[in-house]
Amino acid sequence: MSLTGIFLCTFLIVHLIGNLQLFKDDAGYAFNQYAYFMTHFTPIKVVSYLLYASIILHAIYALVLTLKNRAARPIGYAQYDGKANSTWNSRNMGILGTIVLVFLATHMQNFWWKYHNDQVPYVEYRTDLATGARSITELQASEFTDYQVTIENNVEIVKARDLYKQVAYAFKNIGLVIFYVIAMAALAFHLIHGFQSAFRTLGVSHKKYLPLIQAIGVWLFGVIVPIGFALMPLYFYFVK
Amino acid sequence: MNLTLKVWRQKNDKSKGQFVTIQANDIADDMSFLEMLDIVNEDLTRKGEDPIYFDHDCREGICGMCSLVINGRPHGPKYGITTCQLHMRSFHDGQTIVIEPWRAAAFPVLKDLAVDRTAFDRIQQAGGYVNVNTGGVPDANTIAIPKRIADEAFESATCIGCGACVAACKNASAMLFVSAKISQFALLPQGQTERYERAQAMVDQMDAEGFGSCTNTGACEAECPKGIKLSNIARMNREYFTAKFFREEDVHTHN
Amino acid sequence: MLDSKVPAGPLAEKWSKHKFNMKLVNPANKRKFTIIVVGTGLAGASAAASLAELGYNVKTFCYQDSPRRAHSIAAQGGINAAKNYQNDGDSVFRLFYDTIKGGDYRAREANVHRLAEVSVNIIDQCVAQGVPFAREYGGLLDNRSFGGAQVSRTFYARGQTGQQLLLGAYSALNRQIRKGKVQSYTRHEMLDLVKIDGHARGIITRDMVTGKIEAHEGHAVLLCTGGYGNVFFLSTNAMGCNVTAAWRAHKRGAFFANPCYTQIHPTCIPVTGDHQSKLTLMSESLRNDGRVWVPKTVELAEKLRKGELKPSDIKEGDRDYFLERKYPSFGNLVPRDVASRNAKEMVDEGRGVGKSGVAVFLDFADAIKRLGKDTVEAKYGNLFDMYYQITDENPYEQPMRIYPAVHYTMGGIWVDYNLMTTVPGLYALGEANFSDHGANRLGASALMQGLSDGYFVIPFTVGDYLANLGSFAPVDKNHPAFEETRKEVESKITTLLSLKGEKTVDDIHKQLGHIMWEYCGMARTEEGLIKAKRLIQELRKEFWSNARVLGENDELNMSLEKAGRVADFLELGELMVDDALNRRESCGGHFRLESQTEEGEAKRIDEEFTYVAAWEYKGDNQPEVLHKEELVFENVKLTQRSYK
Repeated sequence: MSLTGIFLCTFLIVHLIGNLQLFKDDAGYAFNQYAYFMTHFTPIKVVSYLLYASIILHAIYALVLTLKNRAARPIGYAQYDGKANSTWNSRNMGILGTIVLVFLATHMQNFWWKYHNDQVPYVEYRTDLATGARSITELQASEFTDYQVTIENNVEIVKARDLYKQVAYAFKNIGLVIFYVIAMAALAFHLIHGFQSAFRTLGVSHKKYLPLIQAIGVWLFGVIVPIGFALMPLYFYFVK
Repeated sequence: MNLTLKVWRQKNDKSKGQFVTIQANDIADDMSFLEMLDIVNEDLTRKGEDPIYFDHDCREGICGMCSLVINGRPHGPKYGITTCQLHMRSFHDGQTIVIEPWRAAAFPVLKDLAVDRTAFDRIQQAGGYVNVNTGGVPDANTIAIPKRIADEAFESATCIGCGACVAACKNASAMLFVSAKISQFALLPQGQTERYERAQAMVDQMDAEGFGSCTNTGACEAECPKGIKLSNIARMNREYFTAKFFREEDVHTHN
Repeated sequence: MLDSKVPAGPLAEKWSKHKFNMKLVNPANKRKFTIIVVGTGLAGASAAASLAELGYNVKTFCYQDSPRRAHSIAAQGGINAAKNYQNDGDSVFRLFYDTIKGGDYRAREANVHRLAEVSVNIIDQCVAQGVPFAREYGGLLDNRSFGGAQVSRTFYARGQTGQQLLLGAYSALNRQIRKGKVQSYTRHEMLDLVKIDGHARGIITRDMVTGKIEAHEGHAVLLCTGGYGNVFFLSTNAMGCNVTAAWRAHKRGAFFANPCYTQIHPTCIPVTGDHQSKLTLMSESLRNDGRVWVPKTVELAEKLRKGELKPSDIKEGDRDYFLERKYPSFGNLVPRDVASRNAKEMVDEGRGVGKSGVAVFLDFADAIKRLGKDTVEAKYGNLFDMYYQITDENPYEQPMRIYPAVHYTMGGIWVDYNLMTTVPGLYALGEANFSDHGANRLGASALMQGLSDGYFVIPFTVGDYLANLGSFAPVDKNHPAFEETRKEVESKITTLLSLKGEKTVDDIHKQLGHIMWEYCGMARTEEGLIKAKRLIQELRKEFWSNARVLGENDELNMSLEKAGRVADFLELGELMVDDALNRRESCGGHFRLESQTEEGEAKRIDEEFTYVAAWEYKGDNQPEVLHKEELVFENVKLTQRSYK
């Protein structure tokens, strides 16, 4: 749990930083190129498979653990005052994790699956390298062969799958936006406990570093990362 | 004050138990919780009913025999004390008090509120000691131990083995108990020679007993009547991983 | 006359010579012997572990759910050892001398000297086991002065030395359980001793969970069953502490020595009402800074009791710091027996405080003024917290109320120098025997004795007995003695379960406690003791006719457990009274009002009573027969203790 958990946390940072390009007002020029890079650069592909494996392992192991822990107390308490000794989220990591898992499935289906199965629109960016002026044209499937970057007459032509548009489209759905925000809240609580817990499980409890780890867990993974992610659907729904 | 008790009654380890409502009348503030149960038991005896069986012995918070989950809390509503140190002034007239035994697969109920905690003994037997015979040991002062280390080892050694950590943990994990002993010896020079074998042997026995896993909720630390720190668990994990990944040795078979 | 089997020769050489003279059992033959150890406190656990290490097969029994919970665990203060680590003039002889003198010259010289000798090994052993004693910044062991000793020889582990030492012995025991050399029986109660041809050859136990009555055979039986303070109902002992194993052994021929020697500890939290189940001790160290007082007049005390006045309303001039007044040189630090007796005197005069009037003040106001609250908190914080938990009174703001409570019993099964009782093959160790503390035990000596007996004495002396048996044959399990004894135990249980009277066992136990406390407690008179004897006899009759015992044998049955124990306490109580009647002197924990100096202090009568009174059981309702073991003092001069 701890190793996969920490690995997934590092992924979150990379994912968040990359996705910040969604906030760029360039009609997805940077974001779509980034998406191509992330899905086609071999080392990153390798890492991404590791990532999928981690998610699956994390979930399966969590299930195994939960079953084992249930078996360790076959008869429960009639009254159990958990709030007196622990935080709600630490006791409900399974529920929080399940919300996150459902979210992941939706998220992958919406973007990853569609991106990989040619269910997103195509786009062509023509950028005048002298002036910086850019024109954007939606391409038909027949016009698109593969991602290309060419330069003709000092004009850069980028043909790409328009994941940006898919994002903008998806986040016009209020239901999805609400679900995303809830999922990010779940993620926040999951990580506030999970991040520092992972370190404890790995045996890190040094007096000097523990407060630092706890601070990172709360502020970075409990506040900044989930808010960063949650802003994306909100941005597309309300601003764009 | 008068109280309504909802007490878990169970004839033996084989039968099914149930909650029974019993009135406790004329209870004084300065009684201890167990004295309140004594009075209830005296009443039951006078009525010819079987008194409530509960474990207790020293009644001064050190033997670790008393248990009881009281209104959802191991050792009752106060922190840092055992049930025998809990006084009735922590309750109010007319209150309903739910009293249950420790709940864990590894702690089967023997009768009413008493459970079998011999799993803890077996974990200690797996390695909670230094292999020295009586006699033939060096003078006590040949080993200098920095006070800070000695104090920290002492803090871990204060565990009374009551099992409140298991009772409090939503996973019924015994990690706090096991880690306290592993920590004590991992810190002290006397424990170094068998440090990694011990960690493996004790953790393996703990798993074999059917305790749950630690998810670091911290409930054990909060409910521990002796204030054993959660950092012991991290230390135990460190010891165990070091043992498993870098130093795996045969855990001695002892014969 | 009893033979103590003390070896000849100079005091300091007795033990080493004796160790050499004793026979050894060949290592290959040790595994042919089985030793039964009853009780797993400091004495029991250390003996069991040490014997198993030597190669004997050991079976341990305890009534608790784990060996670790034996009441040794509750000892707070520390353990003495003549290490002289502090360079303050301590030596084996000084520890010996202090213990003999502290025991008011009623202990056996040779035993006490041996205790002082091996005390140093105990500390080494415990440290090697990983017992976390307190240390100095330099990393070496710390010591403190304890119980009025003039040297710092007490090793400690904060306020829980007993627990740490017990966990050390328990760990050694666990190691042997793992190796298969020790079989541990928990929640088992010894109910009788089995003798074959006059030798102890086994015990009968009851499995407290299933009620099964089992016979266990062994070549020797070690009673490490602690003291009998619970005869008083209220004591600082654990609720389960009982005399049953020792008493049943007594009825099988083991003499009981000095039963009337009980230690009453001065600094306990007073009784609040009839519901109280036990008393809580607070460390004696409180008397280092606390001042003991009561109001000068009964009228003021009366107003305090009624709550019309607060302690702080009593002016300095109206307070009687009675220990400081009567014992100017020792003041509040007089020994336990003196402090206890004086508190009782104040209460008897009607100057006691608290709602019940059965308490005196222990006041820290001066200490807080002198040292500051922080220093007082650092020194006694945990004790103050404990007091606050129990009484709901804040000792930083108002004086504590304290009163003496039964704490330890110096008397016990009579043993010779080898710790063997008058039944061959039956031994008694630790508080269960009578041997080392005379009429009064010094602070931090109980832990020392338990471990000394278990780690360093019994492994030698049991070997000598076994080697002299001349046979390695296993004990015959089918010997009729086992079946006979088992039947007797079963029939006693049946009788107990048939009691369907009106009184609960606790009612009777409380009544017994009142009688013992009133007439055989801190101060005794011939008249009172005679009355007590009659009352106990009546109570015993009532028990067997009017007690109520519920349930069945084949279940966890606390009603039955208690009944068996109280039945034995009732018999023991009478013997204690007999012993107190016999000893017409005051000594240590035994104060006879008829025997006091002009100043009202305890007066020993050495010409008549320099002996151990060992009692032989002669059958139900027969008077016990007194045997004397003369105490010979070759190395110390008997003096009258004075703390003026």
